[in-house]
Amino acid sequence: MNVEFLFFLETVLNGLMAGVMYALVALGFALIFKASGIFNFAQGVMALFAALTLVGLQTGQVPFAHLINAIFGTEVHHFGWELPAIVAIAGTLVVMVAFAYLFEGLVLKHLVNQEPIILFMATIGLAYFLEGFGDLMWGADIKPMDVGIPSGGSFWWEDVTREWAPEGSDYFGMYVDKLDVVAAIVAVVLVSGLVAFSQYTKFGRALRAVADDHQAALSVGISLRTIWVVVWSIAGFVALVAGIMWGAKSGVQFSLSLIALKALPVLILGGFTSIPGAIVGGLIIGVGEKLAELYIGPLVGGAIENWFAYVVALVFLLFRPQGLFGERIIERI
Amino acid sequence: MADAAIATETAEPLLEVNNIEVIYNHVILVLKGVSLSVPRGGIVALLGANGAGKTTTLKAISNLLHAERGEVTKGNIQFEGDRVESLSPNELVRRGCIQVMEGRHCFGHLTVEENLLTGAFTRREGGAAIKDDLELVYSYFPRLKERRNSQAGYTSGGEQQMTAIGRALMSKPKMILLDEPSMGLAPQLVEEIFEIVKQLNEEQGVSILLAEQNTNIALRYAQHGYILESGRVVLDGEGKALRENEDVKEFYLGVGGEGRRSFRNVKHYKRRKRWLS
Repeated sequence: MNVEFLFFLETVLNGLMAGVMYALVALGFALIFKASGIFNFAQGVMALFAALTLVGLQTGQVPFAHLINAIFGTEVHHFGWELPAIVAIAGTLVVMVAFAYLFEGLVLKHLVNQEPIILFMATIGLAYFLEGFGDLMWGADIKPMDVGIPSGGSFWWEDVTREWAPEGSDYFGMYVDKLDVVAAIVAVVLVSGLVAFSQYTKFGRALRAVADDHQAALSVGISLRTIWVVVWSIAGFVALVAGIMWGAKSGVQFSLSLIALKALPVLILGGFTSIPGAIVGGLIIGVGEKLAELYIGPLVGGAIENWFAYVVALVFLLFRPQGLFGERIIERI
Repeated sequence: MADAAIATETAEPLLEVNNIEVIYNHVILVLKGVSLSVPRGGIVALLGANGAGKTTTLKAISNLLHAERGEVTKGNIQFEGDRVESLSPNELVRRGCIQVMEGRHCFGHLTVEENLLTGAFTRREGGAAIKDDLELVYSYFPRLKERRNSQAGYTSGGEQQMTAIGRALMSKPKMILLDEPSMGLAPQLVEEIFEIVKQLNEEQGVSILLAEQNTNIALRYAQHGYILESGRVVLDGEGKALRENEDVKEFYLGVGGEGRRSFRNVKHYKRRKRWLS
């Protein structure tokens, strides 16, 4: 293999890895949109909040420490324990489920049968609330996350690929981050699990029924409130996974909530209602971005990566508005 | 419950609606005191023109009204002797009262079989009992068995109506509130569906409260009928008696007292009526 081709391969590989990270966020959007027709603007912030909570629990931070100290004049910051990662993750999961339950009871319950745009507005409100609440609860500083996921380049892969290059060329092997590989595996497991859940279980079926027709679902005795709590809990869980991966990659910081914007073109490409679509869309965007940067970038002065995804999404909107895997709009005449 | 028709006269009614008033959005008064009762194992028809309040009555009973911002402000509804106005729809389904909505409302992206299975959502029994009931539904609607794996959105109107009724059946109901099953279907198909409903009623002992615009066919199958006009019951009686009733004949069955009218006269009559009212 010549060096040129190896470069291409490396770019594709890294694009795929980046795509998986986008897909993880897009997945949460697709889930909620499918089940309730709500575009959940807060999905990115939920990932941030989950990551903050996870780090907070793991390192034994006192929640609302600043608030408590300000009111009572105390000086508490840490409980002084370190929880194992797995316990902290479980704890965060409990928090996310509780959050889903509260959001349903305090907000969604009162918005049954409202226009989608009103529900959308509610999620915008939720996004800002959650961002502020996360700040108040855990503080605004950038926190490193360490849940034991391996990271850094894989030397093994570097060695393997160096062999592929022709004798005598100065090629040093491909760089692949171990963290990205783990993320890819996690994403595959997550999606398989979600698809199995929605296809083969009673709740999954009910979930799809609600997505199709709220009224009819009510009429056959499916409790919308239960379904919504389930859906938002799952979305919270997906947010947690995305939060862990992104947090481990770039530290837990508030700009994490902006990854939601990257999920948007992914969704348009894959189809808002499709779980596999979120993955494939993510991969296409990831690879497309990197390749565009490599080949078109030099011609226009670079920085294509930032806007390429949106252009692709725009083109898709023109020719296939339901996305690659979006549900065909069934219309009987 | 095969002898349900005989027990009709004596038994305590399965469903009783007492003088209910329904208001939408806090301002629009839709039902102005509707009372009716359905005996165990009976078929009762609720008749009337568009906007008379048939659907609203059914939704008030099944409690789907709440999701449309309507509420029962006066009167009460009793199912098996218990007040049910404040129960959630799923609790009511669990107790055995389920509505088949007007316009079928199948889950378009689910297959026919998945549609049927959603009807069993409230049931706690294991898979075996549910499988048996699925076969039972297929025995009443053989056509659904052929189409079991097609997406419901792509099936015909008749098949969707059957899916909707079959889905309700999967909840093991004591009573089905059937809203306008004839809507948009060919007369032959309407006949077929009413035949099956009658069979279900006789063999499974499911009581039926039926809202219909098609007065003719509804009164052929129902033992008792109520006629609604702008939110009030204006007439009620046994199915047979209603069919003989001169007013019903004239207003709902389209036959005048003295035999068929010529079309020209009917038109004239209607026009004059409109001026006066």
